[in-house]
Amino acid sequence: MKKSLLMSVLLAATLAACSNNAVKDKPAAPVVDSNASTQAQSNAASSANDGASTAGANQDGASGNPLKDPNNILSKRSIYFDFDKDQVKAEYRPLVEAHAKYLVANPNAKVVLQGNADNRGSREYNLSLGQRRSVAVKKAVNLLGAQDKQIETVSYGEEKAGDCKDEACYQKDRRVDIVYDND
Amino acid sequence: MFKNRLFFIFLLLLPIIGRAELTVEVVGGAAQQIPIAIVPFAAPNGNPAIQQDNITNVIGADLRMSGLFRVLETRGVATQPHMISEVKYNDWTAIQAQALTIGTVEALPGNRLKVSFRLLDVLKQNQLLAMEFNITQAQQRATAHRIADMIYEKLTGEKGVFATRITYVNKENGRYSLQVADADGFNAQTVVSSKEPLISPSWSPDGTKLAYVSFEKKKPIIFVQSLVSGQRIVLANFKGNNSAPAWSPDGTKLAIVLTYSANSQIYVINADGTGLQQVSFSNGIDTEPEWSPDGSSIYFTSNRGGGPQIYRMPASGGDAKRITFEGSYNVSPHVSTDGKLLTFIKQTPAGFKVAVQDLATGQVQTLSDTSQDESPSFAPNGRMILYATSVGGKGSLAAVSVDGRVKQRLKDSGGDVREPSWGSVMN
Repeated sequence: MKKSLLMSVLLAATLAACSNNAVKDKPAAPVVDSNASTQAQSNAASSANDGASTAGANQDGASGNPLKDPNNILSKRSIYFDFDKDQVKAEYRPLVEAHAKYLVANPNAKVVLQGNADNRGSREYNLSLGQRRSVAVKKAVNLLGAQDKQIETVSYGEEKAGDCKDEACYQKDRRVDIVYDND
Repeated sequence: MFKNRLFFIFLLLLPIIGRAELTVEVVGGAAQQIPIAIVPFAAPNGNPAIQQDNITNVIGADLRMSGLFRVLETRGVATQPHMISEVKYNDWTAIQAQALTIGTVEALPGNRLKVSFRLLDVLKQNQLLAMEFNITQAQQRATAHRIADMIYEKLTGEKGVFATRITYVNKENGRYSLQVADADGFNAQTVVSSKEPLISPSWSPDGTKLAYVSFEKKKPIIFVQSLVSGQRIVLANFKGNNSAPAWSPDGTKLAIVLTYSANSQIYVINADGTGLQQVSFSNGIDTEPEWSPDGSSIYFTSNRGGGPQIYRMPASGGDAKRITFEGSYNVSPHVSTDGKLLTFIKQTPAGFKVAVQDLATGQVQTLSDTSQDESPSFAPNGRMILYATSVGGKGSLAAVSVDGRVKQRLKDSGGDVREPSWGSVMN
């Protein structure tokens, strides 16, 4: 049991370290109908921030914050899926349980579960698949006691996926990222 | 006779932002190509406006691009006729031309031009078409496309699609822009741009609006934007994902996909954003709705049976019938204008490919020689299918004829191009 836990942590860490597509977006902003980027002004405001940054789970190491402690499973934030599947695999149960426990213990903490898919097939189908994946993680976390209001789900489909050509690369994109409100 | 007013209003109002242009390269061709000679149209010397946008070249490029024509070299031919009285048919039978196009461009007062052309049958030695256009200088390319369409229709019996437009998303320097261009890739205009993804553009049936999905608010929201005024409205911004818009054939409604945070399901909404109604009810993913041309049914992708397959249901909802059976992954349905053919993306051992299914017989043919294909859509005449693929690690557009014989690559100068959709006629 302990060995398998260690293995899954190592796997998650390896996968997270490989991934350069993990994102740290803020939760969805309230929506305002705005013409800000229609063609008339589309040259303006080309912010350098494209929302992508490296996973960096091991860089921070802020003491006292278990979410940032590289030795704590809570610093592992990605759950990986098989092709065209939305089932959370058994190997990710310890990770899901740890985050659920944290949410139960910190009722003010909030997370966004960001679903992703690899770049094969249909963009729209992958958007739906990413949503199913984020909802599958949400259900698991809910079952362990976290409240609905603490969890938001969003899907990026294949829009944040890398330019992949083989399975080793595709598998890094089929994931749900757990992003805390104050990350 | 020449109904291009709307399109030119559109051109005037859209500032030219994206100058990246697509060029079309033809791979293969029909088994029997029609040999046609196009004599360079007579034009007044020293008029730079005419030299710059050579009508003859555009007509030739269009016909060549279709894969159905062999455009013959005319430079060595003894006579270079511009009027019917100057035509010596023996000169054209000698180079085995079956058809001959001649014409003139004349300058008119007020920077206008008069373009006249004739299409002649070389074997029967008679005139098939004759037409005159009074145009502005800016309308030369569009007029050349019209002429190419007329020649194409006269000689093949099918409507031409040279005077149509396509839309696609270009990703360049970390920015996404939704573009509209002529079918040959020229006149690319930016409709909207964002640093977040833009996907799933859908033409309104009259070609004056685009519905699309934008992630600019960090979640997918559907907008409808006028190509005439540039104004846009939020069509759908409900809890969860809002995506996959598809116009009904009469332009009054759209089928869309909403998740309300869980499963993607199909809804129908009025074009002004009112009257939302759920039409699909399943425990799986239902997405990519696509209306049948008569508006009575909706084709869509669903994984209700396990993997994604294409289904059809009444447009008002009800029992869904499975349409695709070959393979374990069939997505992105699009129906031909005559309602007889379905194109979609099929996962094969050789990758994700454009396939076409005869809806009457169920027979499936895989058409493309590329392997990362997405988003197929029929040309308005149903002969070609435009789709996105990846060439050399970069998103690019391609087209294939429904018989698989003619293949085109649309090369973009800079960006990563995806999400194409072939629109209606420019008028």
